[in-house]
Amino acid sequence: MPDTKGGQFVRQANYRKWDGIMMKKSMMKKLTGFATIAATAMIFAGCSTASTTGSGNKQTGNTIKIGVNMELSGAAGGYGNQQKQGIQMAVDEINDAGGINVNGKKKKIDLIIKDNKTATSTSASVAAQLANNDKVSAIIGPATTNAGTAQTPNITKAAVPALSPSATDPDYTLQKNGKVQPYVFRACYQNNFQGGTAAKFTYNNLKARRVAILGDNSTDYGTGLAKAFKNQFKGKIVANQTFAAGDKDFNAVLTSFKSKKADAIFVPGYYSEVGLIINQARQAGINVPIVGTDGMADPQLVKIAGAKNATNVYYTTPFSTMASKKNPTAAKFMKAYQAKYHQVAPTFSALAYDSVNMVKQAIENEKSADSKKVAAGLAKIKNFDGVTGTITIDKDHNAQKPIAIETLKNGKVVNSVSIK
Amino acid sequence: MEASTLQTFFQQLINGLSLGSIYALLALGYTMVYGIIKLINFAHGDIYMLGAFWGYYVINFWHFNFLFALLSAMLVGAVAGVIIEYFAYRPLRHAPRITALITAIGVSFLLENGMSYLYGSTPRDFPQIIEPVNYHVFGVLISNIQILILVTACLLMVILQVIIKKTKMGKAMRAVSVDPDAAELVGINLNRTISFTFALGSSMAGAAGVLIGLYYNSIDPLMGMTPGIKAFVAAVVGGIGSVPGASIGGFLIGLLETLVQSVGLSAYKDAAVYFVLIVILLVLPAGIFGKNIKEKV
Repeated sequence: MPDTKGGQFVRQANYRKWDGIMMKKSMMKKLTGFATIAATAMIFAGCSTASTTGSGNKQTGNTIKIGVNMELSGAAGGYGNQQKQGIQMAVDEINDAGGINVNGKKKKIDLIIKDNKTATSTSASVAAQLANNDKVSAIIGPATTNAGTAQTPNITKAAVPALSPSATDPDYTLQKNGKVQPYVFRACYQNNFQGGTAAKFTYNNLKARRVAILGDNSTDYGTGLAKAFKNQFKGKIVANQTFAAGDKDFNAVLTSFKSKKADAIFVPGYYSEVGLIINQARQAGINVPIVGTDGMADPQLVKIAGAKNATNVYYTTPFSTMASKKNPTAAKFMKAYQAKYHQVAPTFSALAYDSVNMVKQAIENEKSADSKKVAAGLAKIKNFDGVTGTITIDKDHNAQKPIAIETLKNGKVVNSVSIK
Repeated sequence: MEASTLQTFFQQLINGLSLGSIYALLALGYTMVYGIIKLINFAHGDIYMLGAFWGYYVINFWHFNFLFALLSAMLVGAVAGVIIEYFAYRPLRHAPRITALITAIGVSFLLENGMSYLYGSTPRDFPQIIEPVNYHVFGVLISNIQILILVTACLLMVILQVIIKKTKMGKAMRAVSVDPDAAELVGINLNRTISFTFALGSSMAGAAGVLIGLYYNSIDPLMGMTPGIKAFVAAVVGGIGSVPGASIGGFLIGLLETLVQSVGLSAYKDAAVYFVLIVILLVLPAGIFGKNIKEKV
């Protein structure tokens, strides 16, 4: 029987080899992700200050082409789809009213929506397609800073402006040397402003002195806000912990906060995780104020946290459902959104809706839909009456607008303070 | 002060055990399928997601109570597992194993993105059919849902162990795991045994889906990804192919993650799990409960 024995050994060796391959595969899933990001970052780092020799896309047809580079699937798919709804609604409204008035002639919008799959490499190629093949006048998107930064070299080369509804990293609109990126704009706040406001509010209004931070370190949004808060908070930061998008269990971290005697918790992240944090904190008997940012401003937050738990919760937001009652533009938007999609408009939809209308405004002001003109028009937007407030684009292409802090009690917004 | 440190310790122990029981339930499926056909079923974590979505729908629309939701999710998980095995893995039974492994990853992507496409990737809130109640035991908080998860997980593991050790089908499973050809020679129906294994393992994942939905109150199509990989690590740590090993491995991974977070290193909690995987593979490749494969010829 020596032969069979030999066979047995071969088989055993195979098992070992198999284990090895299997391990590698599971690691690979993670590693490829990192590698792609690193590789793209490296490829584009060199050309992020590419010279802007392109002459841009001229628009001579009877329609105005607007591209959308959006996270419709992948990790940020939820936010991307909300933005798509806002964009679609804005475009439908404009087209129903005849289109955009370009120097006396009404032109309808031809919307080209492409999915970047929440991947930096896909975002770069989607932007290139939109700018070079589809010859769009402007791009709306992407939703996230990472995907947005990846498209910057391509749109800059093509001289097509891109307006992100929600990329909040302070450096997103800036070149390495601190100068503004000529074709990159955003319709939201940048992190330093928002994080700083939250820090002031926590210290002055909530009188908290010992704050624990639990931030999302898988997005630039979370890390940027945590940093801004830390730098501008006058009290003591007793703990600084992180989570990654998709995490579900925060019990261990929250228990450790309890023993650190934190009197407030700052949670820069999105509603999907922050909802869980609120839920688990209240379950664990932690009743201190929980302060967050506009990533929380979604009706789904309260559902995930549980209405009873969403008490003593505060967040900064450009788009306050309370304030919107006083703002006729917002009230109209809320009503139309409810009628079209049968849900309360989330912040991301409102920001995306504003983005489309800002492009419209830029085209009308410049009397041209040529991409270079649109960029010039966007840079000059002043006191634009948006759903998310009165917007002025500053010299660094950030949207300046009033900020509000909303208070949740039993899952309902009970108070909204405007912070100047 | 000392009492409070002790309280924190026990609180973290409870946190770790609840998290660990979920990993343990998932790891059982990995380990069983591996034990029988030497395939890492990467779609296993996604069956857990299907179970959670099934629970979401039957509770919301058919108003099932907890027990029926759990049992029906186990059934749905089992059916999904059998279907996947029948269409994806069975035609590849005699193909090189790398082919089956790649197919498993493909099935996993299909389920994740298919569900994202059909139902959207926005997280949903799971219906709270059981009102959470906290019990204070010497200053340590335990919620009724944590107890429920622990008890259900332990119960299911015991039932599983009984099925494998005491029933005829269990005997067939063990026989197939030792030598499929010889098992077939003595009259064991190979296909039926393998289907049964998938059904059993996948039903555990279905149950875990409902339990997790209830515990965290949030489900989404990608929820199976990370827990799936961690449960796989748990299965390897416990000794892949060993059922008690998978349970112990699950609890160990849950406790490890909790420990790492409680000392303030939350950013490294996933890294710690994968680090343990590497260490185990280097030091104890067969896992804690793994036995060196003895094959009688």
